[in-house]
Amino acid sequence: MEFRVGIDIGSTTVKVVVLDPDNNLLFRSYERHFSKTRERAAETLRSIQEMLSGQKIHMVITGSAGLGVSKASGIDFVQEVYATAAAVNTFVPNTDAVIELGGEDAKIIFFGGALEERMNGSCAGGTGAFIDQMASLLNVTIGELNELSLQHEKIYPIASRCGVFAKSDIQPILNQGGRKEDIAASIFQAVVDQTVAGLTQGRELSGKIVFLGGPLHFLTGLRHRFVETLKLDEDHAIFPADGDCFAAMGAALCSVDYSPRPFEEYLKLLEESVDATGVLDVMPPLFASQTEYDAFLARHNANRPPETDLSSYTGDAWLGIDAGSTTTKMALVDPQGGILYSYYHSNQGNPVAIVLEQLKEIYKRCGDRVSIKGSAVTGYGEELIKNAFQCDLGLVETMAHYKAAAHFNPDVDFIIDIGGQDMKCFKIRNGAVDSIMLNEACSSGCGSFIETFAKALGYDIAAFSKLGLFSPRPVNLGSRCTVFMNSSVKQAQKDGASVEDISAGLSISIVKNAVYKVIRAASADDLGRQIVVQGGTFLNDAVLRAFEQELGRDVVRPTIAGLMGAFGAALAARDLDLKASSLLSNSALQSFSHSAKPTTCGLCTNHCSLTVNQFDGGRRFISGNRCSRPLGKEKQELPDLTAYKYRKLRAMEGKGFGSGVRGRMGIPFGLNMYENLPFWYEFFTKLNFEVVLSPESSRKLYIKGQHTIPSDTVCYPAKLLHGHVEALVEMGVDAIWYPCMSYNYDEGIGDNHYNCPVVAYYPELLSANVPLLKQTRFLTPYVGLYRHKDFKKRIAKLMEAEFSIPKKESIAAADAAYAAYDTYKRDLWSKGQEFINYARAHHLPILVQAGRPYHIDPEINHGINDLITGQGFVLISEDALSHLEGYEARKVLNQWTFQSRMYNAARYVCSQPDMQLVQLVSFGCGSDAITADEIRSILEEGGKLYTQLKIDDINNLGAVKIRIRSLMAAMEERRK
Amino acid sequence: MAELVYDKTGRLLFTKEMKKEYTLLIPQMLPDHFAMLVSIFRSEGYQVEMLENTGRSVIDAGQKYVHNDACYPAILVIGQLINAVQSGKYDPHKVALVITQTGGGCRASNYIHLLRKALEKAGLSFVPVISVNLSGLESNPGFKLSLGLLRKAVFAIIYGDLILNVANQVRPYELTKGDTDAAVQHCMDFLLHDMDQGKGMTYKSMRGYFDRITSTFKAVPISGERKVRVGIVGEIYVKYAPLGNNNLADFLLAEGAEPVIPGLMDFIIFKVNNREVDVNIYGGKWIKERLCHWLQNYLMKYQHAMIDALKRSGFRAPGDFNDLHSYIKGYLGDGNKMGEGWLLTAEMLELIHTGVPNIVCTQPFGCLPNHIVGKGMIRKIKDDYPWSNVVAIDYDPGATKINQENRIKLMLANARALSKTQTEKEAAGNALPTS
Repeated sequence: MEFRVGIDIGSTTVKVVVLDPDNNLLFRSYERHFSKTRERAAETLRSIQEMLSGQKIHMVITGSAGLGVSKASGIDFVQEVYATAAAVNTFVPNTDAVIELGGEDAKIIFFGGALEERMNGSCAGGTGAFIDQMASLLNVTIGELNELSLQHEKIYPIASRCGVFAKSDIQPILNQGGRKEDIAASIFQAVVDQTVAGLTQGRELSGKIVFLGGPLHFLTGLRHRFVETLKLDEDHAIFPADGDCFAAMGAALCSVDYSPRPFEEYLKLLEESVDATGVLDVMPPLFASQTEYDAFLARHNANRPPETDLSSYTGDAWLGIDAGSTTTKMALVDPQGGILYSYYHSNQGNPVAIVLEQLKEIYKRCGDRVSIKGSAVTGYGEELIKNAFQCDLGLVETMAHYKAAAHFNPDVDFIIDIGGQDMKCFKIRNGAVDSIMLNEACSSGCGSFIETFAKALGYDIAAFSKLGLFSPRPVNLGSRCTVFMNSSVKQAQKDGASVEDISAGLSISIVKNAVYKVIRAASADDLGRQIVVQGGTFLNDAVLRAFEQELGRDVVRPTIAGLMGAFGAALAARDLDLKASSLLSNSALQSFSHSAKPTTCGLCTNHCSLTVNQFDGGRRFISGNRCSRPLGKEKQELPDLTAYKYRKLRAMEGKGFGSGVRGRMGIPFGLNMYENLPFWYEFFTKLNFEVVLSPESSRKLYIKGQHTIPSDTVCYPAKLLHGHVEALVEMGVDAIWYPCMSYNYDEGIGDNHYNCPVVAYYPELLSANVPLLKQTRFLTPYVGLYRHKDFKKRIAKLMEAEFSIPKKESIAAADAAYAAYDTYKRDLWSKGQEFINYARAHHLPILVQAGRPYHIDPEINHGINDLITGQGFVLISEDALSHLEGYEARKVLNQWTFQSRMYNAARYVCSQPDMQLVQLVSFGCGSDAITADEIRSILEEGGKLYTQLKIDDINNLGAVKIRIRSLMAAMEERRK
Repeated sequence: MAELVYDKTGRLLFTKEMKKEYTLLIPQMLPDHFAMLVSIFRSEGYQVEMLENTGRSVIDAGQKYVHNDACYPAILVIGQLINAVQSGKYDPHKVALVITQTGGGCRASNYIHLLRKALEKAGLSFVPVISVNLSGLESNPGFKLSLGLLRKAVFAIIYGDLILNVANQVRPYELTKGDTDAAVQHCMDFLLHDMDQGKGMTYKSMRGYFDRITSTFKAVPISGERKVRVGIVGEIYVKYAPLGNNNLADFLLAEGAEPVIPGLMDFIIFKVNNREVDVNIYGGKWIKERLCHWLQNYLMKYQHAMIDALKRSGFRAPGDFNDLHSYIKGYLGDGNKMGEGWLLTAEMLELIHTGVPNIVCTQPFGCLPNHIVGKGMIRKIKDDYPWSNVVAIDYDPGATKINQENRIKLMLANARALSKTQTEKEAAGNALPTS
């Protein structure tokens, strides 16, 4: 038999192996290709020419980026998962499952029984590229990341869905002083969770498991996380010596299915093939000529603060600090706003150290001539820095940016800021911030995305974006989430786009994302006439140009676009008009020390991940808390209807007034049970069942059921149900009651009264995917509570068939259940009114949390309610207000009961001067794509602010806090 | 020129004058089916055009005017309509847009409202929008779905289904590339011509046309050994529309597979059946139940005629609606009706039972019903039919073709391995169960 060669061309690397007829590995290589896939493969082949020259061999290509090379060269192709399976069959027999992580793919292969192969879907991050991104975020190499992870003490929950999302989890932990060691391990844990959750889809991962692919080959820390999570011993966790090359080895094995050719012929095919260029979708260039670019620069460079010079200046000065997510910015200004000193740098994961060093520098340069009269801080790290250095003022970013923009253009009516992580934009109406739009977690990380991508291609960010300026044909990369852009770029490269075209394309994509995804504008007039752009990302000329082109109008970019937050903070400090600043003095800085220690708060069920920052002189700052209890203060107990509701529902278990003789009926405490529990509790206790509720939701419960989730893009509230039903089975209930309900109650306030498809039919999904349910009676009948008479007839029949209960008894129980539900609703309404009265008596603002009934689950809203009441609001839920408005035609089909309540609550809020509304949206909720726009328009027509809080399995509240604080600031501005 | 008239909720109506002056624009989903529907509408006095604009500009228009978290079909359909109105090809003041509204608990019932919002954003709020639905939503004085018209539409759908069926069975094997498409064209030509003259729209004459269609395709010279069959199921738009699924059927053909695409009639019957089931589960008027029951039987008579025609001519025939329905026992209840509901699972099971275990399950990214009836049922299907080979593919404006194709290629590699072992086992007299 001939020699066999397998070439695996992945998203970032090329692997080449040569097998001899006895399956001995004669040669192997693993090299990064920097998008030059074909050249890299040909070069490697040339390096082994001696070994194979003149021989007839078998050769096939595999890998996600191999398809294009295969097509162009005419060398045969096998799919990589298929190839991997072949390699494992040959080299590690009796394997039960394979986990393979690659640059951008994650795969699981199940052997034993039916062969099953899975790859990550289009929305999945936990792969090599994700680890790369995270490492660059922490400013360490992959190797260092691995080393760090081995020293961890605790694991933070980090969203494992996609890289961008995880970034917004990690950044606040970093900024609040979390240990890098812990974060490194948490990143690996996120990869493990993603793989298990996303790919097992209900099939048990057990037995002998083989781990393959680059990341698992090189990163021992990642291996540890897998082994620990899957509870494997040494005999069952196999890490083959050539685990990074298995797909290539499999390809070599598969190559015998194809006819052999002389080695030189293959080499020639590879070298001479022209990369197939698909039809590239291109756009007009950013700049047609150097002259055009020069005029552009001249126009923007005119927007600059007054010239000053610190070395010759004598007088008062004010300091502004913007502790951003990835960068720290500082500005020292004179009374006219002239910049005496400025600083803009990556915070390298440690903003405190950076600010300390800079403060020392500032004091040194100021000498005795300049006295700092005030200091203010804004940004993600606001609280930490404020506490560390005793700044006079902390202000929310939106306000800082407005202050700065107004300095350059007092008539500004729209501000957009694209930073490393966040995209913020807001309108200015009558001198106040009017409607704030922050990017959803899914599309954030815009600036840092370009940076990571530039690095991946071997450029620094400045050089990379310059490349795009004169690209003759920028490639159209689409405008969805930045995570998808990775694959768009891959495709563009395959189709022959140059680095220049891609650079320009990325700049344009970010702009499109901002305009169409975040702002959702249809034209420039939608935004405003006087637009000021800021943020480090707009310092990139290509992005700025793309923005102007997209809007079709000129905008203002101050020369200090990257400094605007700090500049605005400095102006705010100036406007405080203080006699002296509380900022740490130069001498105090000399003895400054800082250490951070992570801990978990045990004072309530939220179990906040706290970071305790210790400074010199016994000063302490605790971050990560939702309420004031860990700070040693009593928890502020402002009325909170969501907490009231939750406690009331949770109490609905046990035998009630019945005897419980008919057995223990389990009810999963999730989704629509948050609405229907009062009904079923009464119904079953009346029938002498003991009602057993599943435990309170928690991350642990989620992880418990995670392996049976078939669709990783469904909402978190639904995913939680898997853990709930498993827990019920383990509690040994006699049956579980979880009916399917296409229809909800008809409250007469909508065009129809459906449940959403997920709420309606999730019981059937559980039944098909949770193997443990076979051990119990899992009852999922279709019921419709909205037709009382019909329901009673049908439920009586069902109870007779299932439990031999006389029909009369069931009908009486149903009557009682309807009455109990009615009592529950009325209690909720009157309690809501009581809380409103309380707020008015104490002159407190009222915030209405509009979401689904299950959004009051603390594991789903992550304690947002505590955060809201902690900011001084009285909190009411939407269902306490919706009955106060009647039916009104909407501009959308108002067909879901829960959603109809939100429209009505929004309308009611518009009629009450002391109320505002925030909408809670679960990530992946399709129906809220409809409701969000509608609620926004109801509120804006009613003169209210629209605030949306997107929530998922992550539990970091930094972004939520910004929104709530911006809302408060805007409310204050309006009151003035 | 027709005046703009609004109803009391402020909705712009399509008036009788507009019927005379305006051209109705219809988004495309199934080219042949829709071409016949257009012809039927024309015979009722409407000026209608089916849109054929496609490509990036359609997606761009959709993303520009529709909430980007809305489902992909909404972005495409609305993008196609707006792109057409803005194309300069039509006088924007002389067009009306047609869009379907299923009226179920899925987001799709809201497309029409998203379209109106989009028109407003684009400064085109003077363009009337017509809802085509069977739920009695939104009436218009100038547009009536008369019984006669609906009866004719049934013929368009059943002819379309038959052509879809036979063309997919012939195309992978044609000796001369293009023969099958020519046959489709030939059939469409005589059908459109005759339907224009009112012919071919009785049950009896239909059967004759069926034979004409099957014999046209029988006449296409074919050869070659049997290819791997791959079923396509999913959310209705991305399942059928090449614009929605990146030309999935063509891709499968190019990869040497035979695409098997279940027809549209099952979906129509499914929607009728839902109403009958609702009355059974939740209560309601018996007359509604009887009417739906009668209508279902009426439609199934046509479906049976098509199945007979396929069998008569030696083509592989799909099961009827009742067959599909019987498969979902133990999987889903009758009441699972939002979106494609239980029908989607039933189609996968039917394909597996009829020797097509390889399936691409298509859905828009984040499709709500498909969490349950698509991805949610694959686990159980795999448990019950270990040789089944289903791949779920998400479609959205950001998903790249290369990722989708790579996953489909994996499914195809498995399919080939499967058919190899099956052939070996058959040779050994130990066939895998196929039904």
